[in-house]
Amino acid sequence: MTTLRPGTRTAGTSTAGTRARTRTSRPLRALPSTLVLWLLALGFLIPVAWFLLSSFKPGSELFSLPLTLFPENWTVSGYTTAWNRFNFAQYFLNTSIVAVVTTVLTVLVSAMTGYALAKYQAWWLKLFFICILATTMLPTEVIMPSSFAVVRDLGLYNTLAGIIVPSIITATGIFMFRQYFKTIPDELLEAARIDGVSEFGAFWRIMLPLAKPIAVVLAIFSFQWRWNDYIWPLIVLRDPDRYTLQVALRSIVGADNVDWSVLLSASVISLVPMLVLFAIFQRQIMNADVNSGLKD
Amino acid sequence: MSTTKSVEGRSAETSALITVGRGARRARRPRRSSTRFVLAPLVFITVAVVLFALFFLWPGALGLWYSFTDYSGVGTPEFIGAENYIDLAQDPVFYTVLGRTLLYTVLSVPLHYVAALGIAMLLTSTFAKGKSVARIIFFLPWLISPIVAGVIWKWLFGENFGLVNYLIEMLGGNGLQWETNPNLALVLILIVSTWGGTAFNMLLFIAAIRNIPQSYLEAAQLDGANGWQRFRRIVLPLLRPTSFMVILLTTIGAMKEFAMVQALNGGGPGTSNMFIVQYIYRTGFERADVGYASAASMVLMAILIIIAIIQLRFDKRNDLA
Repeated sequence: MTTLRPGTRTAGTSTAGTRARTRTSRPLRALPSTLVLWLLALGFLIPVAWFLLSSFKPGSELFSLPLTLFPENWTVSGYTTAWNRFNFAQYFLNTSIVAVVTTVLTVLVSAMTGYALAKYQAWWLKLFFICILATTMLPTEVIMPSSFAVVRDLGLYNTLAGIIVPSIITATGIFMFRQYFKTIPDELLEAARIDGVSEFGAFWRIMLPLAKPIAVVLAIFSFQWRWNDYIWPLIVLRDPDRYTLQVALRSIVGADNVDWSVLLSASVISLVPMLVLFAIFQRQIMNADVNSGLKD
Repeated sequence: MSTTKSVEGRSAETSALITVGRGARRARRPRRSSTRFVLAPLVFITVAVVLFALFFLWPGALGLWYSFTDYSGVGTPEFIGAENYIDLAQDPVFYTVLGRTLLYTVLSVPLHYVAALGIAMLLTSTFAKGKSVARIIFFLPWLISPIVAGVIWKWLFGENFGLVNYLIEMLGGNGLQWETNPNLALVLILIVSTWGGTAFNMLLFIAAIRNIPQSYLEAAQLDGANGWQRFRRIVLPLLRPTSFMVILLTTIGAMKEFAMVQALNGGGPGTSNMFIVQYIYRTGFERADVGYASAASMVLMAILIIIAIIQLRFDKRNDLA
């Protein structure tokens, strides 16, 4: 559209009419798209806004009619109750440990595996790659009862390690690194070999630093998956002391008498780390070439 | 045997390169290389192989074994043949659950697809204003866990206390039964999952749309193609690989929907919106009927494999290698 306009403009007097039309029609044509876009955006935003604003209402105001969009008396009492009553600090700590440790291990293991799959040729490497891809099609949820039995037999039941260890390998991560390492010319590797650099040295000192952008993207993804994960913590953890945030939240919302004041605040608190992460890495997340990866 | 061949082929190639480059000084390299080309990748993938074997192969095999036993989580599983599968085939609850899951999948995949593609088109169109802010808003649900998403929408659509019913009543209508009517509850589940799933698919589409050469669209425009024709004849066919991936991932995601529904309405009212993963969880963990749950797992696994194969067949241009 934009590239066509200079052409019409220089074409001379005969196109004066066209030019005028293009000029007036631009804001007019912008109207429907903009309107639809923002109606949809509002539809996406309103549930979150209502949830967020409600969390600052005192318990008595939550259900009092008429409902008001903004709290009449802003309060953080829900937050303090949630934080104190539910051992929330512990859940927060547990979730943080799981998310951080798993993310570090995921990035390392995915990088090594993706590197091997990209830079070496062997039939067993190809076979393993297909196996890894198959894990996307057949996720843990599908074989929940036996996954639980395996975790239990390994002595990982009711430990945070029981959530961390099974979550380390992800097809997405391995695939992302594999695709990335494939774009790095083999000559670089050959040159390193000629200079007597070992295979591990080449990976660690040359290839891994080059793959930093992918590592960042995968780290963000992995953190999000683990922070928001529900199914592994649900089947592995029994002790409420070891609960992660998601399991704890589910236990509040699943109760017969939902304490909404606490539930809303607790949910907001659980979102904070993801919001901070997004604020910092917004550019990387939005521009990530997610096409080369798969969703976990 | 083909290993040694390909590895030796590779090392011969390399050694040739090295000989040319550095002369006979490095003549001893080939033998070392052939081991390093096997050993190094083997070490690199060891951790992943072990984890894959422990947490995918073993549970898979164990699940298959359990499905032929009466295992209840404790004691020793006893082989009972195909009894679980026969029971499953005669279990009306299982059919209801499976039917509801399939219905949900069939409804949710097109919804997810249209929402993600439509929003991606709007966010890449030249006309719409305020795109960068809108993009952040659409992406917000990605940050929110399925559990919290359930909480957010439960709060909004509460039958007696939610904002939506309050507004409907203010406008003179009767509040809808979001919690007690099974079909309305399913509609709500569809809305929430679309809201939550759009962000990631939208990013996929935006990246793919940006990769479409602008010149194609301009040429079509010069030939008199209108907006819809350009979308239908140029954009959509070029988005095929992305569409394929979005549909495949959304289908699998829908078949294993669990966490969000747990927080939203627990599969209610009653068990009317119980999906298959929830059924497996209930049977395996709450009723401790691991054998029976494993049989249901194997059925779900078979369904997912069939879906994946069908879709892979449809996608002619998929290249995994």
